[in-house]
Amino acid sequence: MPTPILMPALSPTMESGKLSAWLVKEGDTVSSGDVMCEIETDKATMEVECVDEGTIGKILVEAGTEDVLVNAAIAILLEEGEDASALEGYTPPAIPGAPVAAAPVATALVDDVASKQVAVAAAPASAPAVSAPKAASKSAHFSSPLARRIAGLEGIDIGLVTGTGPNGRIIKRDVLDAVKNGVAKPQAVAGFSSTAVDAVAVKALYAEDSYEEIAADGMRKVIAKRMTETARDVPHIFLTIDCAIDALLSARKGLNASGEVKISVNDFVIKAAAMALIKVPEANASWTGDSILMHKHADISMAVAIEGGLITPIVTNADLKGLAELSLNTKDLATRARDRKLSPSEYQGGTFSISNMGMMGIKQFTSIINSPQGAILSVGSGEKRVIVAAGGDFVAKTMMTVTLACDHRVIDGSVGASFLAAFKGFIEQPVSMLL
Amino acid sequence: MSNQTYDVAIIGAGPGGYVTAIRAAQLGLSVVVIEREHYGGICLNWGCIPTKALLRSSEQYHMMAHRAEEFGLKVEGASFDLDKIVARSRGIAKQMNQGIQYLFKKNKVNVVDGEAKIKAKGVVGVTANGKALPDIKAKNIIIATGARARTFPGMEPDGKYIWTYKQALVPDTVPERLLVIGSGAIGIEFASFFNALGSKTTVVEVMDRVLPVEDKDISKFALKQFKKQGMEILTSTKVDKLTPGKKDITASITLKNGKTEQRTFDRVVLAVGIVGNVENIGLETLGIKHDRSHIVVDQWSKTNVDGIYAIGDVAGPPWLAHKASHEGIICIEKIAGVKDVHPLNPANIPGCTYCHPQVASVGYTEEKAKQAGYKVKVGNFPFVGNGKAVALGEPEGLIKTVFDAKTGELLGAHMIGAEVTELIQGYVIARGLETTEKELMHTVFAHPTLSEMMHESVLDAYGKMIHM
Repeated sequence: MPTPILMPALSPTMESGKLSAWLVKEGDTVSSGDVMCEIETDKATMEVECVDEGTIGKILVEAGTEDVLVNAAIAILLEEGEDASALEGYTPPAIPGAPVAAAPVATALVDDVASKQVAVAAAPASAPAVSAPKAASKSAHFSSPLARRIAGLEGIDIGLVTGTGPNGRIIKRDVLDAVKNGVAKPQAVAGFSSTAVDAVAVKALYAEDSYEEIAADGMRKVIAKRMTETARDVPHIFLTIDCAIDALLSARKGLNASGEVKISVNDFVIKAAAMALIKVPEANASWTGDSILMHKHADISMAVAIEGGLITPIVTNADLKGLAELSLNTKDLATRARDRKLSPSEYQGGTFSISNMGMMGIKQFTSIINSPQGAILSVGSGEKRVIVAAGGDFVAKTMMTVTLACDHRVIDGSVGASFLAAFKGFIEQPVSMLL
Repeated sequence: MSNQTYDVAIIGAGPGGYVTAIRAAQLGLSVVVIEREHYGGICLNWGCIPTKALLRSSEQYHMMAHRAEEFGLKVEGASFDLDKIVARSRGIAKQMNQGIQYLFKKNKVNVVDGEAKIKAKGVVGVTANGKALPDIKAKNIIIATGARARTFPGMEPDGKYIWTYKQALVPDTVPERLLVIGSGAIGIEFASFFNALGSKTTVVEVMDRVLPVEDKDISKFALKQFKKQGMEILTSTKVDKLTPGKKDITASITLKNGKTEQRTFDRVVLAVGIVGNVENIGLETLGIKHDRSHIVVDQWSKTNVDGIYAIGDVAGPPWLAHKASHEGIICIEKIAGVKDVHPLNPANIPGCTYCHPQVASVGYTEEKAKQAGYKVKVGNFPFVGNGKAVALGEPEGLIKTVFDAKTGELLGAHMIGAEVTELIQGYVIARGLETTEKELMHTVFAHPTLSEMMHESVLDAYGKMIHM
């Protein structure tokens, strides 16, 4: 019996991904462990291995198709002894419980890719218990180029528009009617349309030859989406504190003098933040909507700028790691992040983030929280400043300003302040981290 | 036969009526057409077709007499025979007229010669030569009575010196001095004809430009060409009165600057618009609504009275044969219950004028598009940049396209130059299919053709023009 090959989830939170390449073709014999295809998520490209033996009977999703839903059938595997005739009448299974609205097809552009992706998302007629009245969105519909253009501009799912042109062709008037009557707007969950940016309105501001348009890749779209959502939905509060780091710098100098390790200031910052989170566990928390997750470990996401965007690999259990181990860990993560070689588990999750722009000369800044984490620490540059010492004398000290952004739904100002006090304590007296 | 109740009776066998009748027959309806004068109506007998025949003659003559040398040809003593020119035109009209009779016969359309008057719902009275014929009974009645030339008091056509299109089509002479009142399609075509044959032609237009329904740039271009051909064009000018003399006619004219002038002409062509033929067809009997000379209809050509429809010129502008035919087909298909019938979009009806250079357009002018609130992108391409046009010896012309900057919809296309009346169809199809600038840009236009300019105009609207 033919077996469907399903779109794998490369991480627990992955909903869809791009099937970037097939490494097998129809008719190829495969066995367990063979690499079948490459899947691209927003942050990584992964090779997908075959788990069964057989012959590739049919490829259902072409290479290059974006937003293929997890668990959608992407190919059909034939068992030994079966030939292509076994495919007749065979229908790949539905995605269990996949809400039709989740098909990110609402982009309304009926280009080939989009229609294919719809076909994948909603092909089986037996989609269980989904009462989407207009799943017909998937079916072929004739529409005029102008109708499609306007649907795109208006963010209308043209598949939900009723055509009144010749042979039911969807024409301009139909789309305008749909806009007027407020139907066919894709649900916000359907894709990135919630950012509500009017591409045409943006472009209209600039002369056509005055810019180069670069299509957003998966990472850019995710950044745009997540940042918009978090900035909009999460109530941020910002707390700033100055830390003297002369002691830290001399400790670092001493440690690195051996030549065996090369510990960065950032490593100290990660370690200090992790220990402060353990000391003030209320700051190590996530909001779920109706509860608070108090994290037991300090898994620190560190923002790494990479070509075309950024990624946040995680230093797990940073509180438990010694500086030497931590330092090797961060170097390895940063290197592999730049090469886009991280596995999803290495950048998904984390309980707290650190963004360090000190090396770029930024004195102080604020960050948008890496939701669903509860807080992010923005670290400025270390610089010599004149400080009024306890006795009233002016002294020169190396100061570093950090700003904590807290999700106020779960971390109140006083908790944030306690965290910063603990952090400052560890940073200014790094020896105390040994305790 | 007279006891039969037809599915549909059509009053008038012009381009609206006869096409509707044929389509009705094709749909299996029993149909009768009542025509008082000519099968094919004005279009075929006294309009579109015979004028094209006349213009063909005058253009050929112009080519022989004035441009032969330019093409390396030798023509000596080029002249013309007006009677033969007119006879050819009449012959063509007759041929077409007979063609309609053939089509009626072929499609089993019943024809009654006479004047029709609606007597009651479903009943049409007919009189021929003053005698009443048996009433015609029909479930549906379509009024397709057309229109005639508008006249004004103080300048009624006398058939001798003051002509409408009808006399101008069978002229007794090429007038030495000709006055054409009105610079719409009809006026300009006659002006072109007589001017080419040697009349000293004056065109008076009350609006501020010639061809006032066309895009302003087209009017401007046309004006230049007409003047170059030796026509006198007086815009923002009004003819107040025409006074026939013994051998000529005197026109009182109020010029743009407000001054009045007396000018003498040998003949005058009146082309100041048309009025619908709404009289004596029984509209009052059933209370069929009409607004001045036009019957009021809905998008399916239905009047306010059930079972009574009106199509073509009598149902309002644009007064074009192809509009009448198309309206008639929609109307009869709706009556026959054909599925997938769509109302006519007036903005997709092309208009053509056969002066030299020709003028053709569809959709919004730039000005109208802006008035309608569109932010527009406009493309222009001159004939002089097109190899075929230059090779033809027709380097005078312009193709203008108007796009909605937001959606890329082709809002309108406006053309002047050789053969543009044939070219316009490309844009009409584009509008009908709702293409955007993208599809037009991706279309391959054959070389060397005049059509290439249609491509270039679109490209120009988006700053991508190649050949200028």
